[in-house]
Amino acid sequence: MLELRGIVKRFPGVLANDGIDFELLPGEIHTLLGENGAGKSTLMKIVYGLYRPDAGEILVDGTRVDIHRPTDAIELGIGMVHQHFMLVDTLTVAENVAMGLRSSRRPLTDLDVVAERIVELGERFGLPVDPHAVIWQLSVGQRQRVEILKALYRDARLLILDEPTAVLTPQEADQLFDTLRTMTEDGRGIIFISHKLREVLALSDRITVLRHGKVVGEVDDPTAVTREDLARMMVGRDVKLAPDKAPARPGPARLRVRGLRVHGDRGTEAVSGIDLEVRGGEIVGIAGVSGNGQRELAEAIAGLRRPVAGEILVGEVDVAGSSPAEIHAAGVRYISEARMREGAIPGFTVAENLLLVDHGDPRFRRGVLFDDRAIEEHGRRLVAEYRVKTPGLDTPVEHLSGGNIQKLIVARELSARPDVLIAAQPTRGVDIGAAEYIHARLVEERDRGTAVLVISEDLDEILALADRIAVIYEGRIVDVVDRAEADREVLGLMMAGGHPGSGGETAAAAGGAAR
Amino acid sequence: MELVTSVLAIAVFAGASLVYAAVGEIVTERAGVLNLGVEGMMIMGAVTAFAAAVASGNAMVGVVVGGVVGGIMALVHAFATITLRADQVVSGLALTLAGGGLASFLGQRLGPGGAPLVGMVGPRFHGVPIPWLSDLPVVGPALFDQDVLVYLLFLVVPAVWFFVARTRPGLALRAVGESPQTADAMGIGVYRVRYLATVFGGVLAGIAGAHLSLAYTPGWTEHLTGGRGWIAIALVIFATWDPRRAVLGALLFGGVNAIQFRLQAEGTTIPASLLNMMPYLLTIVVLVVITRFEALRHRLGAPAALGLAYDREERT
Repeated sequence: MLELRGIVKRFPGVLANDGIDFELLPGEIHTLLGENGAGKSTLMKIVYGLYRPDAGEILVDGTRVDIHRPTDAIELGIGMVHQHFMLVDTLTVAENVAMGLRSSRRPLTDLDVVAERIVELGERFGLPVDPHAVIWQLSVGQRQRVEILKALYRDARLLILDEPTAVLTPQEADQLFDTLRTMTEDGRGIIFISHKLREVLALSDRITVLRHGKVVGEVDDPTAVTREDLARMMVGRDVKLAPDKAPARPGPARLRVRGLRVHGDRGTEAVSGIDLEVRGGEIVGIAGVSGNGQRELAEAIAGLRRPVAGEILVGEVDVAGSSPAEIHAAGVRYISEARMREGAIPGFTVAENLLLVDHGDPRFRRGVLFDDRAIEEHGRRLVAEYRVKTPGLDTPVEHLSGGNIQKLIVARELSARPDVLIAAQPTRGVDIGAAEYIHARLVEERDRGTAVLVISEDLDEILALADRIAVIYEGRIVDVVDRAEADREVLGLMMAGGHPGSGGETAAAAGGAAR
Repeated sequence: MELVTSVLAIAVFAGASLVYAAVGEIVTERAGVLNLGVEGMMIMGAVTAFAAAVASGNAMVGVVVGGVVGGIMALVHAFATITLRADQVVSGLALTLAGGGLASFLGQRLGPGGAPLVGMVGPRFHGVPIPWLSDLPVVGPALFDQDVLVYLLFLVVPAVWFFVARTRPGLALRAVGESPQTADAMGIGVYRVRYLATVFGGVLAGIAGAHLSLAYTPGWTEHLTGGRGWIAIALVIFATWDPRRAVLGALLFGGVNAIQFRLQAEGTTIPASLLNMMPYLLTIVVLVVITRFEALRHRLGAPAALGLAYDREERT
């Protein structure tokens, strides 16, 4: 039903799509697999009319079409669920769905008619949602349903889903897959974009792999390949999906959090009484769906957010409410999830960014001036040691790739030889090669005796790294389990608020309804 | 009682231009465009409206010309910030500065035969009492013994509110201001909506100026608007982008104005310049109080994409 021939798209300095051919049959789930920056999203934005291709043609049902804008795509029956939801937070579900459509009662809105149809579609495809709820009140999983309903409401025959499971619990993802299969039964076609290998193998009828804007492989029978095969195609070499790791030999507790309460951006409580302990020489992973208080927890420990109550003990010192400088001095280092906002200054050079935290260190000073030679030497050493790929020390970091910026941040924080390391989403948006390297360094840091706290929304990452796993839900730790005893299913239920041994499924459902 | 009645009547009269300007700016900002050029558009509206009224002998012609001039100035802002993606703050400030200077210049030339407008007497709007209604106690004189432009507001404010809150195009307007990416993906013409909203705001600012030079203080003097454009922008925040609340704020401002006149008329010993400051001081105080205690809790209600240019192919 859709055919792409020789699609080319250039951005300043990048060839995002380099002559891509792609085909989708009715009733098929065809996955586009590739690393960040491989050109998947760009290609789909071209199909949806958000970008114009520089060359190539698009055929829908065998006829050549010109898609200049999203309206053209919608008229051709193409719907898209974007990675970053395209919803207006302050409007209701019905208003979001109705947006841009012709009303049956022009020029007035006909929101009750729209609402009825939303409920109808929701029942048919297993996407229940209250049409009168305002978007910001909904959980991410519910928001995604709204996105899909928006496309279905417009009679989409071809649905593009860009990284739809990034924000879902494993159970929610399974539900989504059921919905998608229901949709293919009446001949709809689905293009699924992902880099999560497990899901890709579970869901796809066919897989096309992209690397650096080119098609590097097609898999017609996903049952015949393994995750490792796919990773190799994506990266172009053998990849270790989980770091080699000896059993942890934990020492005494280095970070103890007691009764911590922290407010979020809206002034409501985001962390509601957390107790947590990280010992030297172990990695504790915080698993959970985005927005359950992880960011606030990390920021409170790092001193970027003042806790309302509770203690944060580093060794024997309570650092709750201290400034970031005091917390650095206590031996805590923080790798922020907001790489370009809190982790690095985009316009500063590599050397300057490596110096950001330690700019006051006497090692880099000569009287009141900077010691340029010491700074350069420091930068050169870290860039080499942490394999940061950069044209030079005086290159602004905004010109580096996400993976290299992250390596630079990791280099800066680890070079301080911290006692406690907080790593929030350490490999999000980072290419597999860099992720592999960062994982290895974190394990190395653990073996040096550091207490490492890893916060990640990617359950696979938590399972690969952590020695103990704490699951966070609505600002509370649901439970802490040893990695050896951790089970993906059970963790998934806990991520939705279900308590172990209390009939997880029903508790999860109740938790979902309460939001 | 007589005091309340007269203060209220002056409050409505003095607040009318603010309501026009603030409601216009609300629509503009709802689309995500911040236009700090209100003061400039208002003063240009005032001078051209008065000149046109003098030339044609008809005050209504003045209003139309004032509105058109305001709209044209807003179009410049729209082109600079929407098409060229210039900084909205800079473009708006430029509009205010240029408008002030240009208005002074035009005030020297636009009279009949190129004479200065200053000191000239021309057509103006008079109060048109509505029979029976204007005899109502207290509110009668305030609401029903006013000029045509005030009466027009009785239509404009509810209409704008209804448009924004209840219609599909209004929904599109809000969507564009909150998340242009989303609106674009849903097939709404982001640029078109932003252009229309900006020009609409300019037209109302021009009419606001016309009310000043044709009704409130008939005639033309330099600095006629006296910072009212800025107060209108402050009112937008006070109103949390709701036209109904803008009326409330404008009345408050107008009321302080009225009390100040009243005090001067009674021969108070407080220096007049201090009294003249009152409305402006009040604006600051109210703004501080409102942002501190109320608006913050409601997330200020500001359109999320306010002040941001939109570029579809921009990569974030």
